[in-house]
Amino acid sequence: MAVQPAQRTFPRLMIRRRHANIIMLVILALPLLLFVGLPLLALLLRAGLGVLLQNLANTQVMQAVGLSLMTTTLTTLLAVLMGTPLAYLLARYEFRGRNIVETMIELPMVLPPAVAGVALLMAFGRRGVLGSYLSDAGLELAFTQTAVVLAQLFVAGPFYVKAAIAGFARVEKDMKEAAAIDGAGPLATFRQITVPLTWPALSGGLVMTWARALGEFGATIIFAGNFPGRTQTMPLAIYIGFELDLSVALTLSIMLLVISFGVLLVVKGLLRQRIGSI
Amino acid sequence: MRCIIVGLIMLVLGACGQPAAAPPDASADTAASVADAALSGELTVFAAASLTEAFTALGQQFEADHPDTTIVFNFAGSQQLAQQLAQGAPVDVFASANPRQMEVAIEAGRIVSGTQQVFVRNRLVAITPADNPGAVNTLQDLTNPDLKVILAAEDVPVGGYSRDYLDKATVDPDFGSEYKDAVLANVVSYEESVKVVLTKVALGEADAGIVYSSDVTPDQADQVARIDIPDEFNTIATYPIAVVEDTAQPEPAQAFIDYVLSADGQAVLGAYGFIPVE
Repeated sequence: MAVQPAQRTFPRLMIRRRHANIIMLVILALPLLLFVGLPLLALLLRAGLGVLLQNLANTQVMQAVGLSLMTTTLTTLLAVLMGTPLAYLLARYEFRGRNIVETMIELPMVLPPAVAGVALLMAFGRRGVLGSYLSDAGLELAFTQTAVVLAQLFVAGPFYVKAAIAGFARVEKDMKEAAAIDGAGPLATFRQITVPLTWPALSGGLVMTWARALGEFGATIIFAGNFPGRTQTMPLAIYIGFELDLSVALTLSIMLLVISFGVLLVVKGLLRQRIGSI
Repeated sequence: MRCIIVGLIMLVLGACGQPAAAPPDASADTAASVADAALSGELTVFAAASLTEAFTALGQQFEADHPDTTIVFNFAGSQQLAQQLAQGAPVDVFASANPRQMEVAIEAGRIVSGTQQVFVRNRLVAITPADNPGAVNTLQDLTNPDLKVILAAEDVPVGGYSRDYLDKATVDPDFGSEYKDAVLANVVSYEESVKVVLTKVALGEADAGIVYSSDVTPDQADQVARIDIPDEFNTIATYPIAVVEDTAQPEPAQAFIDYVLSADGQAVLGAYGFIPVE
């Protein structure tokens, strides 16, 4: 650790106390770090490279990986397309019941996913509030890939919306008024002022949504069911695999770990760059 | 400060561990008096999902007969329970819906081979929602195009039995050699427990499913219609039960099994649609 020139004039005792503080802090921080780190490490240790490579050729494993990547990408896209206007509305305008709407949107973040699955069935299932009409029109959602995406969107979409609301709320009104005076239309203002300024918040929310969608299990297994290659995403394959073939569960768990770790790391790096350049 | 942290960790670890086992009662030596001895303690029973209602009733009766005992049930797919046993879950009694998952627990060293006893039998039945939207009136109708069938996953006992049924039917000219493939082509989801199959059919999300006849309880009778599977194709499920080897309370555990096997216990199981063992 480089000592700042100014600190050199401090008495030795002060420096020593600072060191003691850091050591104390590390000791206090260590238990949680170890607690989170150890199970992750245990997965890697237990599986071994041989089992991992062998299972990579397993069609059920690869189907689950492909399905997970495809559905989570769709979910994230939908969250951005539908969540951005909603978040903008909630961040920019005061209206009666705004708080209630905002709380409702946040609700899926705290609900157990199983509740989400049952709720989706009650709404979009064949006998559901809306689903019964869809069914009459020949559109059945339960047990389809659409259901997988809907389950993910319901559970994970709010993460993006919440982050976007916070981001939009931070953009100063003055700045947009200034842009308008300079002759920028509302769309141009949104593109050139609002989005660049809120980009870190938006992309942060986007990653949270994607990551949560990737891990979605409870709502999916209830609403979309479990069918290999059709609705069996990685978390479902891990759950079923745990009972059927532990090595499949381990392989998928590690892949999920590596993919998530990689994406989180890359996005964090990008965000830091972006913030640095502003 | 460090002492506090260490203390905290000890506290957490201590709280997570099994409560200290009560020392075996002195009367344990006199095996003959087991039934009469005042039993006490908390008994953890892992039981197949299909036993949910019947065992809940049996447990209440057992607790009434032995007021100092409490029974904690964990109902789930037998394959899941067997895995949890294999991973070291603290359990006193295991009741599986098939011998195969009992075998998993034996191989894991949690149950001594030969100590398991068949305590009840069960048979398969096809079910449809009460209003039968798929117009499934015979077992042959399960092959109708565009039907939505759900089965339990292969490793769930009832899922394995369902496949046995399909195999047996397929060699019969009344069903035809395509029967199994045609039914499986209609499957939209492989569920992790028989109760999920039942619920999703009762909700009308699927047109048909295969469950145990004991699952169609009086509560469910107005929500689902049943199509009996003839004896020659039916696989009679056998349920084994055993005391877990390392149980801290062998006495109440054995007493519970004795009660399940007693005339009273068998009568309760019979009332819930099971086939008592003679």
